[in-house]
This record gives sequence, C-alpha cells and structure tokens, in this order.
Amino acid sequence: MTGQHVSELEGYNLRLYVAGQTPKSIAAVSNLKKICEQHLSGRYEIEIIDLMKDPALAIRHQIVAIPTLIRQLPEPLKRIIGDLSNTEKVLVGLDIHPK
Amino acid sequence: MAGKKRATPGDLPTLSKSPTGIRGLDDVTQGGLPQGRPTLLCGSAGCGKTLFGMTFLYNGAVQYNEPGVFLAFEERPEDLIQNVGSLDYDIGKLIAEKKLAIDHVEIERAKIAESGEYDLEGLFIRLGFAIDSIGAKRVVVDTIETLFSGLENEQLLRSELRRLFEWLKSKSVTAIITAERGEGTLTRYGLEEYVADCVILLDNRVHDELSTRRLRIVKYRGSAHGTNEYPFIIDELGITVMPITSTGLVHGASTERVTSGIPDLDQMLEGKGYYKGSSILVSGMAGSGKSTVAAHFADATCASGHRCIYFAMEESQHQIIRNMRSVGIDLQKWIDKKLLRFSARRPSLFGLETHLATMYRDVTDFDPAAVVVDPMSALLHAGATGDVHSMVLRLVDFLKVRGVTALFTNLGLVSGEDATTEIQISSLMDVWLLLYNRESNGEHNRQLYLLKSRGMAHSNQVREFIMSSDGINLRQAYVGPEGVLTGSARLAQEAKNRAAVLIREQDRNRRSRELERKRREIAAQIDILRAQLASEEAEVDLRNREDTAREDQLAAERVDMGVSRQTGIKPKEAVKPAHTPKK
Repeated sequence: MTGQHVSELEGYNLRLYVAGQTPKSIAAVSNLKKICEQHLSGRYEIEIIDLMKDPALAIRHQIVAIPTLIRQLPEPLKRIIGDLSNTEKVLVGLDIHPK
Repeated sequence: MAGKKRATPGDLPTLSKSPTGIRGLDDVTQGGLPQGRPTLLCGSAGCGKTLFGMTFLYNGAVQYNEPGVFLAFEERPEDLIQNVGSLDYDIGKLIAEKKLAIDHVEIERAKIAESGEYDLEGLFIRLGFAIDSIGAKRVVVDTIETLFSGLENEQLLRSELRRLFEWLKSKSVTAIITAERGEGTLTRYGLEEYVADCVILLDNRVHDELSTRRLRIVKYRGSAHGTNEYPFIIDELGITVMPITSTGLVHGASTERVTSGIPDLDQMLEGKGYYKGSSILVSGMAGSGKSTVAAHFADATCASGHRCIYFAMEESQHQIIRNMRSVGIDLQKWIDKKLLRFSARRPSLFGLETHLATMYRDVTDFDPAAVVVDPMSALLHAGATGDVHSMVLRLVDFLKVRGVTALFTNLGLVSGEDATTEIQISSLMDVWLLLYNRESNGEHNRQLYLLKSRGMAHSNQVREFIMSSDGINLRQAYVGPEGVLTGSARLAQEAKNRAAVLIREQDRNRRSRELERKRREIAAQIDILRAQLASEEAEVDLRNREDTAREDQLAAERVDMGVSRQTGIKPKEAVKPAHTPKK
C-alpha cells in the first residue's frame, strides 16, 4: 500500500487489482502512480491488490479483467480496465479534469 | 458426425463420460458428456439452457458426488436459486454443504472504461478459486457471450475465450458452456470454433400454437451418439429427454398372456387373453364402449397385482372413476393401492413430442405392466397426421421394448366398421377390436368384433356386448337370414327358439306315447293268437284220441273175425286192447 492519507472530502481512494508481477500489472502500477502524482498530488490514496494472493477478493469485488482500477472514493464507483497507458482515458474515467 | 470407424474398438481407450443424470440424455449420448472437457450447449432464448446447466450440476452434486461451479453472467445467484426452486432443487443447501458454488459475473459496458491492454485473468482467478474451494469436477459457464457486449476489444476476447476453454481442459473439469443461437450459425459469436468436443443444440419450436422442445447432438468427438432430434420436456420433475426416435424392431416377443378383464373376450382369444407386451387397438364410434373396455383392462391388470398407467386425453380422472363405477369397476381402490396412476392431459396442452416425452417419463418413472391411452385419436389435434403416426410408432416401440402391454382406443368418426384409422396405426397393432353401435329396428346395439389378433387362433364371431352394473358381458349373436341379430331382434329370436323347442318336446312326447300304445296293442294281439293256438292244440289232441279209439275198435273187430274164422289166434291176446286211452 502506497500513497498519502488525505481528507475524505476531496481525496481519491483508488484500488488497483493485479495478478502477480506481469508486464501489464507492472505497467499499470507505474502508469497510475505517474498520473496521480501529476494530477492528484497530495489528495490520493492507492491500494494495490494482488489477486494471486487473495483470489477470493476477485469474486467479492467483481473483477474480470486484469488490471482493473476502481475508484472507491469519491462516489460513485468507477472502473477502468487496462494497463492505463492511455492517460486521457484514465483521466476521463476517474473524472479528473487536467489543470 | 459420429465417432470414427474403428476396426477394433476394444483395443483403444474409450472416452470416459460424465453422466448428466438427465433422464434420456445419457442414453442418447451413451453415457453422458465428455469427461474433463467442455461441451457447448446452444439454443435460442427460453430453450432451457440455464436449467439444463443447473440440472447437470445438481445431479452431479447429489447423485455422483461431483461438486460443481456455476459461473453466471446473466442471472444473480438469488434469482437462479429461485428459478430452479420450482423443481425441488435445494440449491441453498448444496451451497451450504460446499457441493455447489455460484459466482455471478457482472459486466456493464457503461460502467467500465478501457485504457490500454488487459486480459481476463480476473475471470480465471475467480473460477479457479471457486473450483478449488469446493473441489469442483463440473463447471457451467452461462452465458459467456455476455462479455462481448460488456467489453470493447473483441479480438482480445476471442483469444481469451480460447485460453479459457484450454484452461478448463487442463483443470480436468467437465464443463458446459452455454451460448445463444445465432442467425444461420450455431452460436451468435461463433463459440463452436473453440469448443469442438461436443455440441448440443436445444430448440423450442412453435407449430400450430403448440411449442415443442427438442434436443440434438450436433457433434460428439470420439463417441457414437444418437443423431436425431429428441423431444424433451421441462416440468416439475426436471428435464426429461425422450431418447427414442429410431424404430428398430428388436423387441422380444413374450408368450405370456394377460387377461383383457372381460372373461368372454378372453374366451374369444383362445381363452387366455392378450399377449403380454402386445399393442391393442380398440376402435369404435362415440359411445360404443371403448373406455369401458379400457377400464376393464386396467382393472384386471391392477387386480393381478401389476401397475398400470391410464393416459386420459378427454376425461378427468374423477370423471372416469365415477363413470366406471356405473359398470361395477372401482378404480379408486387401485389408485389408493398405488397400482394405478392417471395421467390426464388435454391433447392441446402441448405438442405431440412433449406428450411423447411426458409419457416416456411417466412410464420410466412408474414402471407399469400395462398402459391405456384413451383416446389416442385425440392426439390428432396436437399435430399433423404424419407426426401423430410417427409419434405413435415411437410410443409403441418404446412400450414393446419394455414389455408393456398397451391398449389404445381410437374414436372412429364415420363408422366403426371402416377398417382404417385416421392416423393409420392399425398396422402397428397386434390386436384390433372393433366396437360397433349398429342401428336396427329402431334401436342401437353394441357389437364387438375381433378384427385381428396376431399370433393366435381367435374367434371370428361378431358378438353383442352388454354393459351392465356387472361390467361387460358378451352374448352369442344370432345369425339370421337378415344378418346378425341383436337387441330386441335377438330377444324375439330367442323367444321363437324357445317356442320351437317346446313344440319339439311335445312332438317327442306324442311320439313316445304312440309307440307305447302300439306296443300294448301288439301285446294284446299276441295274447289272442296265443289263446287261439291253445284251443287249436286242444282240438288236435281230442281228434287224435278219437282216432286211437277207433283204431283199437277196428283191431278188436279183426280179432273177433279171426276167431270166428278159427285162425288159431288166441282170443285172450286178441281181446286185450292195444292201447289204453288215458283218462
């Protein structure tokens, strides 16, 4: 678990689901961190969940594709699948307006 | 596309199969689905794919101790459980016992954004986890095509599906993949390309407002299988596939006899009744007593301790029981003893094939010694004539193979004497009883004729039969100058005959009296003659004595003359009379 604790009002709580150390997973983690640092500096929290270690979570959280990014906060819940290489789509998906 | 021709099948390892436990399907597939491989189950909406899959898992868990995973893309677990709840499948209990796991995969395109490359590893992880958590041997994926509408990258999806099916094989689970039927193709997204071992097609066709479910095995690699379309039904007892479409004439022929329930009719059949396992057709016009003949047979079957199913097409169970009481047959007691089962369905309730499948299910379930279909002609309303014929053919074959004696009634619309039936089934029948209701002298009388009875010397007589509170009794019909006499004509003839008998009797008496009189007359004459003889004898005797006396006299006179002439004859001797007459 990485990231900084932020206030719940404006903060982003993001969960990234991966399956082991696959190239796509590694790419997704680094892409996500890059985007967050650039656009959400100081107001985000990232939780990386490896489904290889806890497969039950895949069922509980309705994960089909890997990698999957879920925006837990702010409401509503948003899902983005893929290695997040398309920054523009990630920003639209997370509802972040670039400064 | 059956299995490849093998010269020595025994030398090669046979494909192991996983029984579905679905009645009839395991016969058609000769054992079940290919074990450890995926099977594609396709069909349009409402064909019963989901139920099929769930039944496969349920039977696996309950009957074969093989836990299963249901991966649902379309229905939520609670909906699934509720939907199959009407079939007495306690899915909740199986889940609690870890014999079944349901995982619902929710995919909604609107809620998912795509950015960059991805794969479906999440699905593999979920399924793998579910399989491992209960040690599943069976998997149902229903319906994975939903992914095509949920995800954008179709090319990726296809390669992932290929990977999924390979992965399922490597997991050694027997899987059913359901898929929606496409226009002109087996599946809308061409899944048959990936799942090639076994493909089963479900179909629900509507013809004349009646729907019929059918199943066909499109291919089954490495195994022989039935290639026809088989009707199947879904009802409160689950899925039943009717595995008979072939008409192989391989059934045995029993020499055992069963009573018809009507002693007089048995008498016409060599005194022993029908052959066990034969098919009997009772045809006649309305009100000629077909149902009563059928009820007699059902009653006799139960009375001998065997089970019987009565398929009623026009009357309800209670109506038949009530009506048969009036001819002294109590069917209720056999129902109470669980020897008789009624299966009353309107022919128009569902299509022919469904009727056939229902009958098949009932027969395999109840295992009766005899069945009654009353009336068979009602099925005409459920399909085209050719279809009815083929259905009856299959039903007859099925019953014969099982050695079930079957009695069918057929309502003749025109005349009971027409030696044809509208559905042309007479040639399939071993025994054909014709019931007439003939009009003569202003009244209708019932008659029965045994038109044919294969394999026995049967009576050729038209018999009148009478229904009373004691049931059916057959009378010897009178054959007069104007044909067979029945009813009051027969009664008149009987009276006439009785009068003739009386006259003949009187004649006989008169003749014997006359003879007696003659005998007495002659005896009297004999007496008279005898008396005459006696008097003649007396007369002859008297004359004889007179003659003797005269001769003596003459002799004496000769002596006296001798003396007088002095011939030397001693007078003493001469004086003595030669013969002394008796007193």
